[in-house]
Amino acid sequence: MYNIGSYEERLKNFDWNIAKKDLGILDRSTWNIGELCSDRICRMGHGSRVAMYWEGHGGKTATYTFDELRIHSNGFAHLLRNTLDIQPGERVYVFMDKMPELYFAFLGILKAGCIVSPLFSAFQEDSLLTRLSDGEASAVITTPKFVKRIRKLLPRMPYIKHIVVTNDLTGYSPQEKEIVHQVDRVHVAHFESFQADPETPSILHYTSGTTGKPKGAQHVHDSVLSQYLTTKWILDLRPDDVYWCTADPGWVTGTSYGIIGPWCTGVTQVVFEAGFRPRAWYEILEKYGVTVWYTAPTAIRMLMREGDEIVREFDLSKLRHLCSVGEPLNAEAVIWSEKVFKKAYHDTWWQTETGSIMIANYPGIKIKPGSMGKPIPGITAAVLDPATYTEVPEGETGLLALKPGWPSMFRSYRRNPLVYEDKFRNGWYITGDRSRIDREGYFWFVGRDDDVINTAGHLVSPFEIESALLEHEAVAESAAIGIPDPINMEVVKAFVALKPAFDPSDDLSLKIMNFIRKKLSPLAMPQEIEFVDSLPKTRSGKIMRRVLRAQETGEPIGDLSTLEND
Amino acid sequence: MNETIRQQLEKEILEYVAMEFLEDDDDIDLVPDTPLISGGIVDSFSMVSLKRFLEKKYRISIPDAQATPEAFDSVNNIIHLLETFI
Repeated sequence: MYNIGSYEERLKNFDWNIAKKDLGILDRSTWNIGELCSDRICRMGHGSRVAMYWEGHGGKTATYTFDELRIHSNGFAHLLRNTLDIQPGERVYVFMDKMPELYFAFLGILKAGCIVSPLFSAFQEDSLLTRLSDGEASAVITTPKFVKRIRKLLPRMPYIKHIVVTNDLTGYSPQEKEIVHQVDRVHVAHFESFQADPETPSILHYTSGTTGKPKGAQHVHDSVLSQYLTTKWILDLRPDDVYWCTADPGWVTGTSYGIIGPWCTGVTQVVFEAGFRPRAWYEILEKYGVTVWYTAPTAIRMLMREGDEIVREFDLSKLRHLCSVGEPLNAEAVIWSEKVFKKAYHDTWWQTETGSIMIANYPGIKIKPGSMGKPIPGITAAVLDPATYTEVPEGETGLLALKPGWPSMFRSYRRNPLVYEDKFRNGWYITGDRSRIDREGYFWFVGRDDDVINTAGHLVSPFEIESALLEHEAVAESAAIGIPDPINMEVVKAFVALKPAFDPSDDLSLKIMNFIRKKLSPLAMPQEIEFVDSLPKTRSGKIMRRVLRAQETGEPIGDLSTLEND
Repeated sequence: MNETIRQQLEKEILEYVAMEFLEDDDDIDLVPDTPLISGGIVDSFSMVSLKRFLEKKYRISIPDAQATPEAFDSVNNIIHLLETFI
């Protein structure tokens, strides 16, 4: 029997107070996510339970109990509030690999009442500056490996008061504004967590749109209700599980379901610092006896590419529930998992703005391979006509929309109220995805409703890439689109018109690729560059990415009446 | 592949990885056995540009199916992969 029980009964009797009751906050008007994930679990008598099995580069390992999670997060909270005098509501960023300190700092920042914003460790100069500037970071918590990138930007970030450097400090010497924090040398047995109103800002995650810079989706402490309940009902986590979420906390999956969900449920989780390698991943599953595994379709497709034989080398008999998120899981992957793991992946759909799972192949559902599943209890989802924002008939494609009001919904785009308001039409939150609903109520992903590129589950802004491309000395104009890719769903392709003094070549192509990789991030790096004489534009000069996309995919180009020089 | 060519490849690839994937003040001692992917120096997305470099430099075409994280996990592994093409 699964935690969710009967889906139909849950729909009938749903109330968010179910989560509040389980979390012991039914009668409370304030709480703190950091406290709920650590102190509360200890108070329940589970302080000696393992919270985190950590495995780092080169086979380094460490194990931390919930009591150690509590003490080490207290250490960061104490440092911020009592030593550095960072006030509740100030933004504190975390920039490091998936080190144990990242997890301690994340909870500690929340306990201190500050807003935590985790940064993907592959971010380079421009990507970092955009996010740190928008949030006017008061402090950054990082490691000696990454502090160098922050130092280079420091003259352009006068609002930063402190840089906290943690982890292995061998060979490190503090510079301007830097203070060291070694978790094993600090023991803060008790810290009075900031008591947050449910609407108190908690986590700031940046997400990409078609235009403009990345937007900071602001979440609040109320989110834990959604994160807890979906962890319990959709991921089906139970106290004796060993859970592995492969996402990086630089992205929302890595915090909602890589930190908050499992730990407010009191579940042991595995954190594997190193990147994707099939053999290493299977070794982790076997070594730690992982029972519930939440991963990404891109990784699943890469595992499929490695074949079935390698799976049989490992004892994966403890795996009992598999879930995926990031981009649509193709039917072949579901069928493959049933063959090799004897279990189907349960695909889930949600996004940075929603903060938790919205539509899912919940445990016990009859899985239709390739489908998103059904809306979870507490969530109303619909497909809308793009002109009227009213529901379309069954089977027709339209805009995927959600009825606002669930606890983990973002409350604003930081300093961007107009873009936030634009996401709501006719009483619905417009997700930016297109889908359809079949006669049995299953949702099916059709595509994005904008030019945002979804590569391996990460949204990348074409505008950001094009802006960065223009900074390359050879580039006169450019356009970036997502093209289909069998592994990553989409990869970035750039169309580049060169300045007169430059000629197309493989060498220049590689230089431009590396230029973007080092300026933005590896995710934003075009995997393909096509040199063109000019780009299709509207008469007002706007690049028509859809024309380029249609050329790539062979789909109809559509209305060209606004095309320049047509 | 004779030893001279192997040493030449090793030198060129090490230089490229150091130039493109290490920062100026990184204190990583990059050697042919240094783990690149599992060591966090090269991520799976950046493998594409490394593959492109190898293809351009040595005028070969590496099928995607062979451009795996394991095959790119060290300069030694990369040279082993290149032996099938050069």
